[in-house]
Amino acid sequence: MDFNDSPEEAAYRKKVQDFLKANAAPKEATTASRSRNRPEAEVLVDAKAWQKKKMQNGFAQITWPKEWGGPGGTPMQQVIYGQEESGYDVDGSFFGIGLGMCVPTVMAYADDETCKRFVGPALQGDEIWCQLFSEPAAGSDVAGLITKAVKDGDEWVINGQKVWTSGAHYCDFGIVLVRTDPGVAKHKGLTMFWVDMKDPGIDVRPLHQMSGGSNFNEVYFTDVRVKDTQRLGDVGQGWKVALTTLMNERLAVGQAGGADFKDLIELAKSTELENGPAIKDGAVREKIADWYAKAQGLKYTRYRTVSAMSQGETPGPENSITKVVSASRLQDLTSFAMDLMDMGGIMVNPDDVGYEAAFQEGYMWAPGIRIAGGTDEILRNIIAERVLGMPQDVRVDKGVPFNEIPK
Amino acid sequence: MNFDFSEDQKFLKEQANKFLTEQCETAVFRAVLNDSKKTHSKELWKAIVEMGWTGTTIPEEFGGLGLGYLELCVIAEELGRAIAPVPFSSSVYLATEGLLLAGSQSQKEKYLPRLATGEIIGTLAMAEGPRQPLPKNMDVTFKDGKLSGVKLPVPDGSIADFALVVARTGDGKTENDVGLVLVDLNGDGVTRETVETLDPSRDHARLSFDNAAGELVGGAGEGWSLTRAILDRAAVLIAFEQVGGAEKALEVARDYTMERRAFGRQIATYQAIKHKLADAYIANVLARSNAYYGAWALSTNAPDLAQAAATARISATDAFHYASKECIQVHGGIGYTWEVDCHLYYRRSKLLALTLGGPPVWKNRLVSQLEQSNAA
Ligand SMILES: Cc1cc2nc3c(=O)[nH]c(=O)nc-3n(C[C@H](O)[C@H](O)[C@H](O)COP(=O)(O)OP(=O)(O)OC[C@H]3O[C@@H](n4cnc5c(N)ncnc54)[C@H](O)[C@@H]3O)c2cc1C
Repeated sequence: MDFNDSPEEAAYRKKVQDFLKANAAPKEATTASRSRNRPEAEVLVDAKAWQKKKMQNGFAQITWPKEWGGPGGTPMQQVIYGQEESGYDVDGSFFGIGLGMCVPTVMAYADDETCKRFVGPALQGDEIWCQLFSEPAAGSDVAGLITKAVKDGDEWVINGQKVWTSGAHYCDFGIVLVRTDPGVAKHKGLTMFWVDMKDPGIDVRPLHQMSGGSNFNEVYFTDVRVKDTQRLGDVGQGWKVALTTLMNERLAVGQAGGADFKDLIELAKSTELENGPAIKDGAVREKIADWYAKAQGLKYTRYRTVSAMSQGETPGPENSITKVVSASRLQDLTSFAMDLMDMGGIMVNPDDVGYEAAFQEGYMWAPGIRIAGGTDEILRNIIAERVLGMPQDVRVDKGVPFNEIPK
Repeated sequence: MNFDFSEDQKFLKEQANKFLTEQCETAVFRAVLNDSKKTHSKELWKAIVEMGWTGTTIPEEFGGLGLGYLELCVIAEELGRAIAPVPFSSSVYLATEGLLLAGSQSQKEKYLPRLATGEIIGTLAMAEGPRQPLPKNMDVTFKDGKLSGVKLPVPDGSIADFALVVARTGDGKTENDVGLVLVDLNGDGVTRETVETLDPSRDHARLSFDNAAGELVGGAGEGWSLTRAILDRAAVLIAFEQVGGAEKALEVARDYTMERRAFGRQIATYQAIKHKLADAYIANVLARSNAYYGAWALSTNAPDLAQAAATARISATDAFHYASKECIQVHGGIGYTWEVDCHLYYRRSKLLALTLGGPPVWKNRLVSQLEQSNAA
């Protein structure tokens, strides 16, 4: 066991630090990003430019092989880069779904020509991808979706509606999971395609989130014609393809970012309570200790995974805990910090409330992360069934042809 | 960075697991539990000593194996998994560590070789009743080479041959008035009386000192910081025991839910059950990862050892508590009986949660560290 950088790792870290110092601005004292109060379109321009710079310097998708334009780096290098970049005020969030989930799915199932066309532009931030899986009636049970594709010559015609599609309003392409055979069991009648989001038959309507922002959308498909060559994987194999996407999602891991214990410690130091500074209050100290221990536990779990990967092992199931732990932790921590601000904690303007309003923002964002990409409950089911080996729940729709399941 | 144990260490862990699976079924725990005269399992202790584990970190020049802390950590995890009823933690994590940290050359020569061979057992005496021992409320006093006062409860106090006693050496009530005193418990002026505890598989005693002869370990005013250093190191090792115990309790719970049926199906198919056990798994993973960092910090004597130890202890205490209480819950009525093993884990989890000082103490201590370092 060795926690320090090896000489090679230290050299790599130095390279990363030099790159960041020369090209990005360090974060201010708090963990909040200064971009939060700027219009999305503006932030997106900066984010694309940053992605391009990363790509040109060999820091984009560090573990991707050279043939796809990545630097062919190691998982450990990815971790080192992430550690260093987290100290800088840059935004990579626009590319997470595309590069972390959609494009790897394309790379796994599309022909060479398609890959050549799409991988490069995605990697350098010119084109962004979205994931069109969830539907109004199919989220946790996404295999129950009803958007359909019907074959017409060497084309398919897609009709239906997707929902909660993050980033669809600025995305260029998407991967869409549709039903191609309603007469077989629900998992067996699905097929995956890639689509051009500029298609006139695709109508993207931003949804108003409870946080006030609009990051996700409804996406309507009306007679959208796609070529059979846009199919990813075999007809009827869409579920298997979707699992590739979702597996990548679990690797990309949903670490809920935002206000953290550092901010909480600062807040507690500067907050005067009836009996003295909040940081001296036993209840406050206990909470800080618990949240710190959870954060460290997640961090070291990630390091254990990376160590295993460096030794050629496939990552274990430990990672499935990240989102469950970090999302609730963010929600509880931010709520508690606002409690400390007392009556003033309800204010959301950074000028009024300080800390870039990171606690208020985290509080309003956390409920979304507890749902996105697999709810807390579904993730616990997965841990129980796939990790602990407990039996599946009773499934009343098991083996029943999709069009005979009561809806 | 390589955040994993080496092949050799993993092999050692496997060996320890195999050994304890054979030698330390829960019947061994019960034999001590059910007989109030038994302080520990003598047979198991003898076998452990023969394996050389008591000398793991003792340098070869003092008759030990001269291995590192990572080796001791993997052994600790297996002892925790087996909820072994032996004085290992007192003798090895506390007494041996105390002497390695601050013992004089002659103290080391006198005690370490016999600790390694298991000829003698040592312990650390700190508590003075049902309250947190602090420099301002400790009554046991060491003056002119003589120790007086009462320590209660002292782990393995009925069987230990010597104790490192945290005692007042100065006239004031500050940390600088505390010393660590080595006392021969078989000598004059020492009375011991076994006390009943929640986990009778591990011995605890009331030690009354009446002008008992003692000698300082470290300087007269260094006792408090020295004790903290011993506790930090022991916290990492106990965290491994807790992780082992928590994982075992989760396995016991999981296995039972797969067997037991209610309303026509395995109770393991019910989500209320699954989610409980998923939460236990989550807590266990966090605890294991924090324990690993603690192990590294211990093995390298890292500057943030105190922080790492507190973090590991907080997570591990949490994990074992949760797994052991929900292990009873998923068993239903049978889980509340003496005959089923659930309560053994529940008992041990509370003992380990309190033995080096309870969660509030460690959480407070962790935040003090964070305040200083302004968070890592
Ligand atoms: C911020 C955000 C971004 C998102 N981005 C995308 C995206 O880019 N692309 C995309 O395809 N989707 C996206 N989603 C959708 C997301 O994947 C779904 O919302 C999620 O899977 C839950 O599905 P649902 O909303 O239909 O809720 P439901 O499935 O109806 O769930 C309702 C409640 O029932 C519980 N529940 C359901 N089934 C079970 C079960 N078997 N056991 C126990 N409890 C159960 C759930 O846990 C939840 O509490 C996003 C969602 C959010 C909030």
